[in-house]
Amino acid sequence: MSTTLILIQILNGLQLGVILFLIAAGLTLVFGVMGFINLAHGVQYMLGAYLAVALYGLTGSFLAALVLALPLALLLGLVLEFLVFRHLYDRDHLSQVLATFGVILFLNQLMKVIFGPASLSVPPPAFLDFSFTLVDGLLYPAYRVALIVAGLLVAVGLWLVITRTRVGMLIRAGATNPDMVSALGVNVRRLFLVVFGFGAMLAGFAGVMAAPIFSVEPGMGDNLLIVAFVVIIIGGAGSIRGAFVAALLVGLVDTLGRTLVTDGLRLIMDPSSANQIGPAIASMLIYVLMALVLFWRPEGLFAAKVSR
Amino acid sequence: MTSQADPQATTASPRAPLVIAGLLFAVLAAIPLLSELWGGAWLTSLAVRAMILAIVAISLDLLMGHGGMVSFGHSAFVAIGAYACGIMLTEGVYEMALILPVAIAAAGLFALASGAICLRTSGVSFIMITLAFGQMVYFALGSLAQYGADDGLTLWSGPDFLGTRWLNSDMGVYITVFAVLLGTWALVHRIVQSRFGRVLRAARQNPTRVASMGYSVFRYRLTAYVIAGIIAAIAGVLWATHAAFVSPSLGAWQRSGDLIVMVVLGGMATRNGALVGALFFILIEETLSAITHDWRLIFGPLLVLIALYARGGLVGLLDRIRGPA
Amino acid sequence: MKKLGTTLAAGLMGLGTSAAAEVEVGMIVTLSGPPAALGQQAVDGFKLALDELDGKLGGEEATLIVEDDELKPEVALGKANALVESEEVDFVVGTIFSNMLQAIFRPVVESETFLISPNAGPSTFAGRNCNPHFFVTSYQNNQNAEVMGAHAQAAGYEKVFMIAPNYQAGRDNMEGFRMHYEGEIVDEVYVPLGHQDYSAEIARIATSEADAVFAFTPGGMGVRFVRQFRDAGLADRIQFMSVFTTDETTLPAQKDAAEGFIAAGNWAPDAENEASQAFVAAFEEKYGYVPGGYAMQAYDAAMLIDSAVAAVGGDLSDKDAVRAALEAADFTSLRGDFTFNTNHYPKQDFYQLSVKQREDGAWITSMGDLVFENYGDSFAEECSM
Repeated sequence: MSTTLILIQILNGLQLGVILFLIAAGLTLVFGVMGFINLAHGVQYMLGAYLAVALYGLTGSFLAALVLALPLALLLGLVLEFLVFRHLYDRDHLSQVLATFGVILFLNQLMKVIFGPASLSVPPPAFLDFSFTLVDGLLYPAYRVALIVAGLLVAVGLWLVITRTRVGMLIRAGATNPDMVSALGVNVRRLFLVVFGFGAMLAGFAGVMAAPIFSVEPGMGDNLLIVAFVVIIIGGAGSIRGAFVAALLVGLVDTLGRTLVTDGLRLIMDPSSANQIGPAIASMLIYVLMALVLFWRPEGLFAAKVSR
Repeated sequence: MTSQADPQATTASPRAPLVIAGLLFAVLAAIPLLSELWGGAWLTSLAVRAMILAIVAISLDLLMGHGGMVSFGHSAFVAIGAYACGIMLTEGVYEMALILPVAIAAAGLFALASGAICLRTSGVSFIMITLAFGQMVYFALGSLAQYGADDGLTLWSGPDFLGTRWLNSDMGVYITVFAVLLGTWALVHRIVQSRFGRVLRAARQNPTRVASMGYSVFRYRLTAYVIAGIIAAIAGVLWATHAAFVSPSLGAWQRSGDLIVMVVLGGMATRNGALVGALFFILIEETLSAITHDWRLIFGPLLVLIALYARGGLVGLLDRIRGPA
Repeated sequence: MKKLGTTLAAGLMGLGTSAAAEVEVGMIVTLSGPPAALGQQAVDGFKLALDELDGKLGGEEATLIVEDDELKPEVALGKANALVESEEVDFVVGTIFSNMLQAIFRPVVESETFLISPNAGPSTFAGRNCNPHFFVTSYQNNQNAEVMGAHAQAAGYEKVFMIAPNYQAGRDNMEGFRMHYEGEIVDEVYVPLGHQDYSAEIARIATSEADAVFAFTPGGMGVRFVRQFRDAGLADRIQFMSVFTTDETTLPAQKDAAEGFIAAGNWAPDAENEASQAFVAAFEEKYGYVPGGYAMQAYDAAMLIDSAVAAVGGDLSDKDAVRAALEAADFTSLRGDFTFNTNHYPKQDFYQLSVKQREDGAWITSMGDLVFENYGDSFAEECSM
């Protein structure tokens, strides 16, 4: 295990972390501010990716697809809000789980009916379709750098919005004490609509950005949704800062774990057993991390609320 | 978790739930006879699957509905039970009287250890930490190369029951699963009605008050967690016996999600909610998928409608249709 | 519900159970989730064969019931029970995935219904647990990897890096590659099933001294891995070899990213025999996409059933006669010579395949050198039937 390889893996871990952050950011806002468990956040990410496929097919340009996909993702999010979610804000978490679970089943199947079951893809924009040499013999696609930069920009932008604007102040207040915000005469419904639409757009953005790297297929958001929940629980519900730190942490632990655990086990046992057990332990690592964090800090690392 | 109206309110007229349960169990008891006329082993096999899921759902409702502990890792206990059975059969131990205690001990110990950690948290944190333990079990089972790893394990012979081949006949399995379901349904009701159940329910609504009354909320919850885990593991043993096949997917998070959906669908913390939810889930899945491969396009919106308009789940809906008592 | 419908109809007409003048086939494949494309190929391949036979198998009216196993063992088991016990089908054709086959195997063969796998060919049922009612029209799972290993040995690659998902088929394929490959395996990496981002693995490949990679990353995993491998610039200096990774279900998404990558298999859509060319043309005409091995093997499964039903004159009650007719494999396989081994898995020719663009722009695998002739699997000797 060379130092170079570890450095490359740290870069890869950061990149995974950034993608996770893009998905988790919207989720943590919706969950933190509205106390709403939106299992459908993963399919909103999938919708973003499919929008990229469809719009790229129509326009032939990735950038045009990105620009058009954002308002459409927002629109689809608002439609969902209007049809389903707004009727569930006052309800218990489990009704929300049941309803959003239904939405997952429906939209996954709908994408399969519309686009077929096979994996689809979108090429990255032409001006980013090149690679540069990272170390001798290994190229790093420019698009991935752009993805990391975009993720960091979103993080900074969100941080500015939340700390410097009136909406941000309301969001922070809403995450800490929703009743107080409502008592102060703020239209909480409208605040929720804004937060929800914004969350949907972030998920859609993550989907569009992920489309050139990952394959676009029905159900592509399901497993990422679970990992995104892991991220926001580690980070503390409602905290953008927490989501950012936790996303990078989870990305690093997962990526480095996959490299290091098996190698480490090979030092103490025969290679075939190490190959057997290593990947299983590596897959568990992020859950172990979450369990540890919850054990020591049940509210997560950067809890927005004192208690709920 | 936002609290709902006291669940006991729904059992104000104690006879109605008994009538519903009586009807359901009568239908389930009649299915082997019915299958002679139509459906054959397909129908009994479907009913066995539904009943096993109902057993697990009832145990989960003890946690979720009565204890306020929403476990997102409950299917791990099913997998533990199923694998205990599968591994022992593969290793040449065929006696159920030996298999069952091992499955119960394995699930009980895992529940005790993981529960002690999970129960330090509550609410959504509890959901996620139980998911974490469920995933650990799932990945651990998938790494058992000598027992089929991710592909699962085909069981070439069913278990003996006190030296007899009772559990190797379809009818024997059916009757056994039916009896366990009936037993679980009655047992969980007894637990809920007991002092233990009252403390558990009170702790769900106001843990501080219960603690101030001198009860250890933690101990009560942990006991419930272990009981529910053991029941789920017994269901897992039954599944392995019935399906002659076990695989890690029994413990996947999607299965745990399905179970939560079944309980909420039926109606939490009601006498028959979990039972109705599980049976309805399987029935509707089977019916719709017989009509179209794209059945989720119908099932998804149906779940949404139930979540929006049927507060208290299907059982709550039934109550309202019957009108206020 | 169709179950009620068919059973009632049969009952009313006084025909009793499955009528003598009819062949019923139940198909259990995966039609949900990311791997649904594989199942769809199998369904379309089988249906095309039925169409060409005017809806008849062996001259008898045929009915086909298609079921989706949803990649869940318990669902597969339920569907298998329905087909065998309630529809009382004569043949079950399935499955795509080995773990689904494990789930349905016992109930189907124990009811003495013939089970014909159009794809899954696990070692479990090839050796000691082989079964007189079970036939495979594809291959034993490890074989393609064995062929790839033999090719790597012949082509002189000295250091190979292996990657597969962390499940049984992944390990089987890695074992298979080793069988005929004698060079150095510099590393072997297992990733979670459905893995999304291969950056970490690609970095390891780049920093290893491998001159070739052997991958088993089926479906969407392959789409991602191949594209990321190409993007990292490794394709130019490290030969990409794979099984189930660059095939007709993944190439529409991989396109030129997979150009020049090599694979191994028993057939490719540009196979030169006449029957195959007619099949590919008819398939593309009807379904609008290029058929892969999954479609071809399902088509062959239909033709196998057709030949067996014809041989027994439509009388499916004599199981031994039907079995003998199936064993004879008296049909023209699209891949040319085809016989069954003693364990009912095929003996067939295997080729090195490579990815290329057809003149009409479609990306396909293309036939290369013959690697093994009339090749059977190594488990057959453990089978006593």
